[in-house]
Amino acid sequence: MKLDARIPSGPIEKAWDKARFDMKLVNPANKRKHTVLVVGSGLAGASASASMGELGYNVKCFCFQDSPRRAHSIAAQGGINAAKNYQNDGDSVFRLFYDTVKGGDFRSREANVYRLAQNSVNIIDQCVAQGVPFAREYGGALTNRSFGGAQVSRTFYARGQTGQQLLLGAYQALERQVSTGTVTMFPRTEMLDLIVVDGQARGIVTRNLITGELDVHFGDAVVLASGGYGNVYYLSTNAKGSNVTASWRAHKRGALFANPCFTQIHPTCIPVSGDYQSKLTLMSESLRNDGRIWVPKKKGDKRPPSQIPADERDYYLERRYPSFGNLVPRDVASRNAKHVCDEGRGVGESGLGVYLDFSDAIARLGENVIRERYGNLFDMYQRITDENPYKVPMRIYPAIHYTMGGLWVDYYLQSTIPGLFVAGEANFSDHGANRLGASALMQGLSDGYFIIPYTVGNYIANSKLDKVDESHPVVQEAVAGVKNSIHTLLSIKGKRTVDSFHRQLGKIIWDECGMSRTAEGLKKAIGQVRELKQEFWQNVNVPGSGSDLNQSLEKAGRVADFFELGELMCIDALNRNESCGGHFREEYQTPDGEAKRDDENYSYVAAWGYNGPDSEPTLTKEPLEFEYVHPSQRSYK
Amino acid sequence: MKLTLKIWRQKNRDEKGKFVSYSVNNVNPEMSMLECLDVLNEDLIQRGEEPVAFEHDCREGICGSCGFMINGHAHGPQTATTACQLTMRHFKDGDQLTLEPWRAAAFPLVKDLVVDRRAFDRIIAAGGYISVSTGNAPDGNAIPVPKGIADRAMDAATCIGCGACVAACPNASASLFTGAKISHLGLLPQGKPEQDRRALNMVAQMSEEPFGGCTNIGQCTESCPKEIPLEVIANMNRDYRVATLRKRDDLIQVITPVTTWSSDSKS
Amino acid sequence: MSTGAATISKHQAPGFWKSTNGKKIVMAVTGCILFLFVVAHLLGNLLIYAGPARYNAYAAFLHFDGSLLWIIRSVLIVSVLLHIEAAAQLWLRNKRARPVGYARKNSDGASYASRTMYWSGPIVLAFIIFHLLEFTGGFIHPGSQFIAGNVYHNVVAGFSVWWIAAWYIFALCLLGMHLRHGLWSMLQSFGLPHSRTRELALKQLALWISIIIIGGYISIPISVLTGLIK
Repeated sequence: MKLDARIPSGPIEKAWDKARFDMKLVNPANKRKHTVLVVGSGLAGASASASMGELGYNVKCFCFQDSPRRAHSIAAQGGINAAKNYQNDGDSVFRLFYDTVKGGDFRSREANVYRLAQNSVNIIDQCVAQGVPFAREYGGALTNRSFGGAQVSRTFYARGQTGQQLLLGAYQALERQVSTGTVTMFPRTEMLDLIVVDGQARGIVTRNLITGELDVHFGDAVVLASGGYGNVYYLSTNAKGSNVTASWRAHKRGALFANPCFTQIHPTCIPVSGDYQSKLTLMSESLRNDGRIWVPKKKGDKRPPSQIPADERDYYLERRYPSFGNLVPRDVASRNAKHVCDEGRGVGESGLGVYLDFSDAIARLGENVIRERYGNLFDMYQRITDENPYKVPMRIYPAIHYTMGGLWVDYYLQSTIPGLFVAGEANFSDHGANRLGASALMQGLSDGYFIIPYTVGNYIANSKLDKVDESHPVVQEAVAGVKNSIHTLLSIKGKRTVDSFHRQLGKIIWDECGMSRTAEGLKKAIGQVRELKQEFWQNVNVPGSGSDLNQSLEKAGRVADFFELGELMCIDALNRNESCGGHFREEYQTPDGEAKRDDENYSYVAAWGYNGPDSEPTLTKEPLEFEYVHPSQRSYK
Repeated sequence: MKLTLKIWRQKNRDEKGKFVSYSVNNVNPEMSMLECLDVLNEDLIQRGEEPVAFEHDCREGICGSCGFMINGHAHGPQTATTACQLTMRHFKDGDQLTLEPWRAAAFPLVKDLVVDRRAFDRIIAAGGYISVSTGNAPDGNAIPVPKGIADRAMDAATCIGCGACVAACPNASASLFTGAKISHLGLLPQGKPEQDRRALNMVAQMSEEPFGGCTNIGQCTESCPKEIPLEVIANMNRDYRVATLRKRDDLIQVITPVTTWSSDSKS
Repeated sequence: MSTGAATISKHQAPGFWKSTNGKKIVMAVTGCILFLFVVAHLLGNLLIYAGPARYNAYAAFLHFDGSLLWIIRSVLIVSVLLHIEAAAQLWLRNKRARPVGYARKNSDGASYASRTMYWSGPIVLAFIIFHLLEFTGGFIHPGSQFIAGNVYHNVVAGFSVWWIAAWYIFALCLLGMHLRHGLWSMLQSFGLPHSRTRELALKQLALWISIIIIGGYISIPISVLTGLIK
């Protein structure tokens, strides 16, 4: 199989214009005759559904939560990037493009990233018009802050709740379409299989989470906007319900999965406090703008932070990266935190934590300014830890946060299955091996508002689709398969709970395919995951029935997919004999411990094809070419 | 630490529910309320019983999924805290916690502590938006928004739609929720053109749903995990009053509430 | 297997009176009228301290123009009826809005006055009827004669009976509570914008206005009982 990214020819600045002009259009009067299925209602899903509804398509949008407004995009805190250059500090579309490609450690596709940077300016305009209450200056103009990995202030924000406000904007646009009847919303509905007829995505099999009914929905195109797979680690900053099931079932139907090992560890999370812990809480990266990160110089120094004098503190990021200091990208900050903790200099009871200290900023700016900027984050920290961060430094530790990998898509965000489009975190395209802060919101909305509505239309206009109904053998096979796997899960009646398996899987993946990886560890992990998966299918206990609300059953199906995905992540990480971005292989590092890329051999997207439960996946490579940003060692020193 | 959880168990809307007491022995004070339920559920599954169904997702207080009454307080006794962020250190060893679902006719019970809050979505669908389709937005800085206005809009916009206001209100009124959206959008210059229509439509939908009416008691704002101020209800009332006087036609329509979950057209 | 879902259906919206906000606006307007009456009535009644002549002259002045009096009375009666009707409908609706109650429920953030409007209201209504029967109609006059026109005499004679005075004081206190929440509630239902601090100030203001008004009213039976007014 050869992967064709279908990047328009010619200069990168004109690529998207050219692509749009070359697209075939659907007659406005005919749009309502075409059905588009959108799975997921986060930033990408809600914005795509709303925009396509506005254009007149018949859209069906699905989410497993009780309302589209609950999608996990809502939890994004820090902000959204846009190359507006409102601060007159030298920003431009090209600079945002450059920063994103460099930040992604040269493992993303240039043309996609350039388009993302171009769209960024429109996103802000659209969101402002929708009533997103971005932070403002006294004069009434939009204000910005800087964010990790950038030296310009291009991040727009709404307190520490930017994701919430952007999602509510998209959700409101979506509900407007719901009320006009162009979009039908299916909450508490989970996609469990993709229907592929004659090589084209034509529908999905869903389960109604309240009644347990299985339904089939047909459409002219399917858009997956179902988010990332960080929950494979069990403990992550993702919502408990976030899962890979929609993507994974599409993968099993033939969509290639790209760069699964590219996962992002966020440096500023609240450290784990006990083994009952169900999730990790992120503290916005924006805290690093004013907070200084340090650990004691001495190993095992258990004195309270206030009693450690300045000259016995190691501000290790400022020491190692004088020009970026505490604002180095996430992967660098995380790795360094792990490094100092591995040396035995970590703080807190577990020794897995570093200090994020605001005392200097409070002394310089006053407590009120700090409260204005980060008040809600400080409150949240205090609620969880019972410590007052205005007085005592916060303790933070890295946690899994975002997954750059995802289903492979071309320039048109179409997967390897025609008619199956993938948007937002669920696709792989824009962030390479590491995502810069405040770029996830940008990508989700760029895909949903400004790309999917065009490219799906183009696909529909170019396709001649025969009518399919439930009698089609492919549909019957898909429904029978879903029924069967639900039945199996419910009838194993073993001894262990779903969560206990999930926890154990997460531990394996975190230990061996987390912040740093080795060939040996990965091989070990693959074996362990396979064994655990076998045990799961023999010994899991899923109580209840399949015909009502059964949260254990939902979890069981999702964890079953995480096993397979976890294995693929390790296989991908093992294949990639280099370190880049979030993927750090201990064997491949520079003498001073920085990631060492191998552009000669690994400047490609690793897209994996599914070959059945017991067969090795097939690797297909999409070579990456860098015409505009020349790969160099990323230096933040 | 040891706690007794007295939890409302009800298999579905049609069956009768009752309180069942469970003791949870290994409660860590750092646990959240939901993690405490996780521990109980693991135990129940091991014993072959059905776990307690409760709604949750982000577990960091922003998605609005979680929420139930804890000892008569929506989201528990801590102010500005959702159930997922309520740590058990606020309780004492040996305490009994009564957990009940939100009780409101407009929030039909689904199972145990899970209720159906789609009425909120319908209120938003009725008019909780600014009608600007993708692509026709002016530059973000074209219309200056005074910082004070942006801040007040943001105060209202932080609503997470959890339903605690309805649950805490002695009248089960949705005024704080509806007022929050009307205020958020009505304060901003971008939302002004639709201010009248929005108030009429959203209030109509709110009245169409079986919520009670506001009698300005104030328990909603007290229990709101995002501390949405009572002012939003005044804003709603003002917008509604002004819009009613200015109204020139009678074309306001409401969405018929749907309370079933099953898909309706079987083929 | 299904292909469709709950497709949206719409119908004509309920009107102003059907909306709970509409009812509250009606309650606010009528409540405001009744409040103004309560203030005016108090100011008139305080003339009792100026002696029988002035007080009876004031009463006669009120009856100076019969049709004007009846216009005012009609406005008040209509206001009372609308106020009660809206309250009753809201009460019914609010009952139905929570068919299953809580096993435990706190009342944080709710003032005692706000939670007791539904019974302070009816008692105040009963009191008003009693009051009209006693002083306007002259049907209740234990232990003395009702003299039409001699209002001063009627008041003093009425309040000399301890249980009537006690009943008045009790009912007036409830009216005070009703006013305290009602005044604040009226501003809220009209939609007066307020910050959190101004909200507290307004509630304080409502409290003090109620105390002053009720204090004024209560002073009359107390003065009669203590012999200040004879």
